[in-house]
Amino acid sequence: MRYHRARFVAGFLALPVLLYVVYVIAPYAQAFYIAMTNWRGVSATPQFIGLENFRRLLDDSVFWRAVAHNGVLLVLMPVLTIGIALFFAFLLNVGGTSGVAGIRGARFYRVVFFFPQVLAVAIVAVLFQQVFQPRGNGMLNSVVTALGLEPIGFLSNPDIALWSVLGVLVWQAVGFYVVLFSAGMASIPRDMFEAASIDGAGRVQLFFRVTLPLLWDTIQVGWVYLGIAALDVFAVVWVMTAEHGGPDSSTTVMAAEIYRNAFQYFRFGYASAMGVVLFFFTVGFAVVALRLSRRERVEF
Amino acid sequence: MANTPLTRRELLRSAALAGMLLPAAGALSACATPAGDSGASQAPTAGATSAANPLGIPQDKPLEIVIFDGGLGEKYATDIHEPLFKSKHTGVEIKHSATKEIAKTLQPRFASGNPPEFVNNSGANAMDLGALAQDGQLYDLTALLDAPSWDDPNVKVRDTILPSAIELGTYGGTFNVLPYCNTVWGIWYSKKLFDEEGWQVPKTWAEFTGLLDTIKKQGRMAPFTYAGKHPFYIYETILTLAAKIGGVEVLKNIDNLQPGAWNAEPVITSATAWQEIGAKYLMEGTTGLDHIQTQLAHNKGQVAMLPNGSWVENEQKDTTPEGFTYAMFPLPDFTSSDAMPYGTVHSRPGEDYFVSAKSANPLAGVEYMRAMLSKDAAGRFMELVSTPTIVKGAGDGRRLTPGLESVAAALQQAGTNTTFFRFRQWYLPMHDEVAAATGQLMSGRLTPKQWADRIEKKAAEIKGDSSIVKFTRT
Repeated sequence: MRYHRARFVAGFLALPVLLYVVYVIAPYAQAFYIAMTNWRGVSATPQFIGLENFRRLLDDSVFWRAVAHNGVLLVLMPVLTIGIALFFAFLLNVGGTSGVAGIRGARFYRVVFFFPQVLAVAIVAVLFQQVFQPRGNGMLNSVVTALGLEPIGFLSNPDIALWSVLGVLVWQAVGFYVVLFSAGMASIPRDMFEAASIDGAGRVQLFFRVTLPLLWDTIQVGWVYLGIAALDVFAVVWVMTAEHGGPDSSTTVMAAEIYRNAFQYFRFGYASAMGVVLFFFTVGFAVVALRLSRRERVEF
Repeated sequence: MANTPLTRRELLRSAALAGMLLPAAGALSACATPAGDSGASQAPTAGATSAANPLGIPQDKPLEIVIFDGGLGEKYATDIHEPLFKSKHTGVEIKHSATKEIAKTLQPRFASGNPPEFVNNSGANAMDLGALAQDGQLYDLTALLDAPSWDDPNVKVRDTILPSAIELGTYGGTFNVLPYCNTVWGIWYSKKLFDEEGWQVPKTWAEFTGLLDTIKKQGRMAPFTYAGKHPFYIYETILTLAAKIGGVEVLKNIDNLQPGAWNAEPVITSATAWQEIGAKYLMEGTTGLDHIQTQLAHNKGQVAMLPNGSWVENEQKDTTPEGFTYAMFPLPDFTSSDAMPYGTVHSRPGEDYFVSAKSANPLAGVEYMRAMLSKDAAGRFMELVSTPTIVKGAGDGRRLTPGLESVAAALQQAGTNTTFFRFRQWYLPMHDEVAAATGQLMSGRLTPKQWADRIEKKAAEIKGDSSIVKFTRT
């Protein structure tokens, strides 16, 4: 019987594992190999050059700027997104005056918050190009000029552009995490909130003493997702910013540099080397994040 | 009997195992890394030649055409070039396709040794010609130049086109890319507006800045703009003025990655002059706008002038108001002692076409080019897409749009006083660096000297990089 079950399970697993090996593992392995060649994408016989690409990568100042931008996003995007999402989710679920129900119109807001998630990233990027229009008639700049200020170059000022990108990323991500955290909160037994508020806990205490500890697992998952998303940022930067990651490389990220080197400069070998570095950054981040956020689980 | 289920199980297991391994092996070899097939070199399978078929192309093999569906669209191919080709080669089946993503569509086909015969390599996602040339993927087009022209068997194709097209289509010593259009750059304006306001086309730098001042004072529109998100539009202007001040050598040194080429005095002078224009006369928000947005502002009368190439009239044909009357003027004289006279323009054959050396039927691709270079094809192309070609006299007797007419007049006036630069096609990373630095120059974050030093650094880096194939021009 046991033997039959094993065979049954293996039968079901074979196909997905096969697909995974062919379409995920094999290309990864190939990327490691291509990273050690000078392949330019069209030749049938790439030349093996060992670690030369990685040595060049060390001196590539634009790539390290990209890494730094990913670093900034890695820290700020999860913090801001989770912070805002938690705040909204709390208001929607237990933020009402009674302390155990959401504020009025919670259902409506939940749908509205989710909207950005439904839009394709490229559409979001094009949309925000209009929002960030540098002239006085731009959506944000019409407000700025109405306040009597000079129009702001949201995407054309290299000191501001990265913050504009961060804003768009957070705007797009928040909705999903509001829903995720709402689901998490909904699974926390109501009586806990009731008991706490009978004991005189205010909304702030409810949030920090009850909601946050009981939601920790969900937040941790969200953290890892957002961290990986921050390392993988591409479409928003590529479509929205000037010079694909500009002006003057001020918003570029690793994925954009990989794309540029592969599909614009036709340096597939070099781009693969960047990809390998990004791979290790991502894996490293996931390991570190899971280690750091390991914490006593509250059973309920 | 007792054995039967076991054997069946074994059979199933080995079948499953084989099923797992075989497709995996097959899929692996068909993946990103190119497999085998390195040698298939140029082998012109010429058949019998005749007056109607001087290249001797096979009449029974298909010809695949891939067109870049950009500013020029694909109609010119389906409505003009392909029917003309078919008129002489009825038996050849044409497989036409058009894409906005040339590289993404075709790169895998080159890597797997199955490229289409004829490629219009253009657009932001074009394939790197340097890389293709390096790999022997481009068919040698010398045969095209020496073939009799489509119109007159006594004249060679070589003598019907601009000589600069041959220079620009030569990669690594061989003519293997056909730049079909002839792009001309200048400052574009609405002739109607200029006539109404009584503004004269400026011929000297003082007249130019005077005109900018007049427009600025009037306050109804901004005097000047450029596609700020794509600083190529303004670095083109900076380099053309530099060449006008210092001569063609200035740009040759830049293309040849000569140390000090960017710090040469004419380049610095020109950069300083345009930076000043940028500081004083630009339309608000210019650095954050792209070519479409600035051209639209131009059409709407929010700005008076912008630097652009001869494609602009066609690109804007849907938004240009009635009677706008596009026209362009060449860069004004900077001083009376400019190395090149008034009327000098940046004119450069562009819009690249090539035949794949490793395709099944390359000769048909060459023959298709021969058809494209006929006066009839080039003239109708010019009318349809408002873009001049490298075919001499193709526009004669054609009804041209006002912008195109002013381009033709500018070319005529320029005569041999034309300039161009090639590093944009040769060293794309350098183009990106010049664009990024120029954006910073125009917004005042870099001084002309810092700008030049930055680009010098990149030029030196490329020069010292043994993995990049170098090109030179003389």
